[in-house]
Amino acid sequence: MHDAAVFLRELRKETNHASGTVVFDLSNVKAADGGVVALLIDVRSNLTARGVSADISGANERVETIVNLYSGHKGLTEYQKRKPEGAVAQIGRTTLEVIEEARALLDFLGSMTLAGIALVRNPRAGHWKEVGPLCEKTGANAVPIVLLINFLVGFVMAFQSAKQLKLFGANIYVADLVGISLTREIAPLMTAIIVCGRSGAAFAAEIGSMKVNEEIDALRTLGISPFGWLVVPRMVALILVVPILTLIADFVGIAGGLLVGVLNLDLSPRGYLIETLTAVHGWDVVTGLLKGFVFSIAIALVACQQGFAAVGGAEGVGRRTTSSVVTSLFALVVIDALFTVFFRVLNL
Amino acid sequence: MMSIPVLKATVPRAWPVTGRARFVCASRSVPRGGRADSDKAMIEVKNLTIGWGDTIVQRDLNFAVKRGEVFGILGGSGTGKTTLLRFLIGLESPTKGEIDVAGRGPPNLEAGLPPFGVMFQAGALFGSLTVGENVSLPIEEWTSLPEDAIAAIARAKLKLVGLDGAANKFPAELSGGMKKRAAIARALALDPELVFLDEPSAGLDPIMAAGLDELILTLSKTLGLTVVLVTHDLESIFRIANRIIMLDRETQTSIATGDPRELRNSADPRVYGFFNRKSRED
Repeated sequence: MHDAAVFLRELRKETNHASGTVVFDLSNVKAADGGVVALLIDVRSNLTARGVSADISGANERVETIVNLYSGHKGLTEYQKRKPEGAVAQIGRTTLEVIEEARALLDFLGSMTLAGIALVRNPRAGHWKEVGPLCEKTGANAVPIVLLINFLVGFVMAFQSAKQLKLFGANIYVADLVGISLTREIAPLMTAIIVCGRSGAAFAAEIGSMKVNEEIDALRTLGISPFGWLVVPRMVALILVVPILTLIADFVGIAGGLLVGVLNLDLSPRGYLIETLTAVHGWDVVTGLLKGFVFSIAIALVACQQGFAAVGGAEGVGRRTTSSVVTSLFALVVIDALFTVFFRVLNL
Repeated sequence: MMSIPVLKATVPRAWPVTGRARFVCASRSVPRGGRADSDKAMIEVKNLTIGWGDTIVQRDLNFAVKRGEVFGILGGSGTGKTTLLRFLIGLESPTKGEIDVAGRGPPNLEAGLPPFGVMFQAGALFGSLTVGENVSLPIEEWTSLPEDAIAAIARAKLKLVGLDGAANKFPAELSGGMKKRAAIARALALDPELVFLDEPSAGLDPIMAAGLDELILTLSKTLGLTVVLVTHDLESIFRIANRIIMLDRETQTSIATGDPRELRNSADPRVYGFFNRKSRED
């Protein structure tokens, strides 16, 4: 095999312009390995394809066995080498994939709706005892990170705005800015992003593993609806948990702003809080909670759909988990934008 | 024939299922050799074509599985044995042909509890539940038995498959053979008349595989259970199968149906070759 390159070069040189009949006389060959025989057979196949009659002869018993082992007596079936996909083909394929994904998501939404109707008719069929542990996993266990992230977001927001507002002597309005933007926009969005990264990814991975291990099929053959058993409890858990986490995020974000106000802007804690309460109305908090509610449905829907779509073992599960996070983030930003426009147009 | 009073679950045996099952005291006649009280085949397949979209895996399949028999689906790798099983249990819907399971038409998994149990190739036990909980799950879902009674049934089913004492273990703690046994226990949890087993002996050592064969045979003989198994384990087929269907990849259809012991000497070289472990060229 070490001399295979030389052997192939010589062989091709000798046969490049061959016509009529070519006989590979192996009578002087005492031994040959598999790689060399494979190359010889490939050259012979190319000759045959060009219409040149090519045959192998004179091989001793040992060499002939190897030739036969590599199908030298029959010839090999040609196969096409995979070529890199062109840019246009990639764009086309990706477009079709996006359309297919959107269709699958709508299909899943339809199945979820049917499962929801079935559960309303027969509530006992739901896997409700799973909701408690799921609330703990997705809610209670996420509290520390929600506290930290939103505190820092409130802190940074106040810090950045303080510099500009100081120029106008409007230090106190930091409380208004932080309070309104957190309750209406940032807290629900940041909380949803955290839940999407933590719980959405976990849902997709968990359900994806179950899918590739045939556990979803097993559930179906036990007469149990995978939607009722897996998706509904997850969705209910997120619907319960995300608004609560959003409320916590509101408070802790305002606390972050308060710290900056007290330390950097010489505001009194009482003054800061009174200004916040004056600026932030109940409806501001409610809009954030409404967003949290819709975000939770979107996260659960996308994560579970991606989990159900997993195929092809661990690699497929990993791909779907990543896709779940990316799609959910995209959905969250789009929903947030739609909400903002909607509230703005209705002056809410 | 002796009539014995038994606690019988009113688990719906027919599609569609409406409402939950209740446990009532009932009297049931247990015929000798199982519940084969009808001459009608347990499974009837007519002109079935299986595949997805434009891809056809097998076409024009015709066979029947009698009540109480052990029926094998045989064939080389990639012939569509597991695919056929997926169609038989309703995980895929045929575009052409008919399937009738237990005289109730094609299986519809959306309509409630199917009249069969299934053991998937790798067991497909739920990883987040213990073995006991896995076996209890269908009983919990389809009966209103108290918890201790469900646990008792689950323990009995596990003992039946030789997994006494494994109830509190998680599937990850079990060997491949134990997982398959636990999956059989789950498939038998609601005492179905029919079980489907996908490669029950694949990946098991010969002793464990023989033990599993013995268990299938015992269940079939004592409970009158109809067993449909997918396998390419010839030893197992000769030991336990009453009849088989053999699928062929090249012709994309079945090339033999019947008693495997008779088919061993088939005139068809493909069938002969498979049963005698010889390639067609030989």
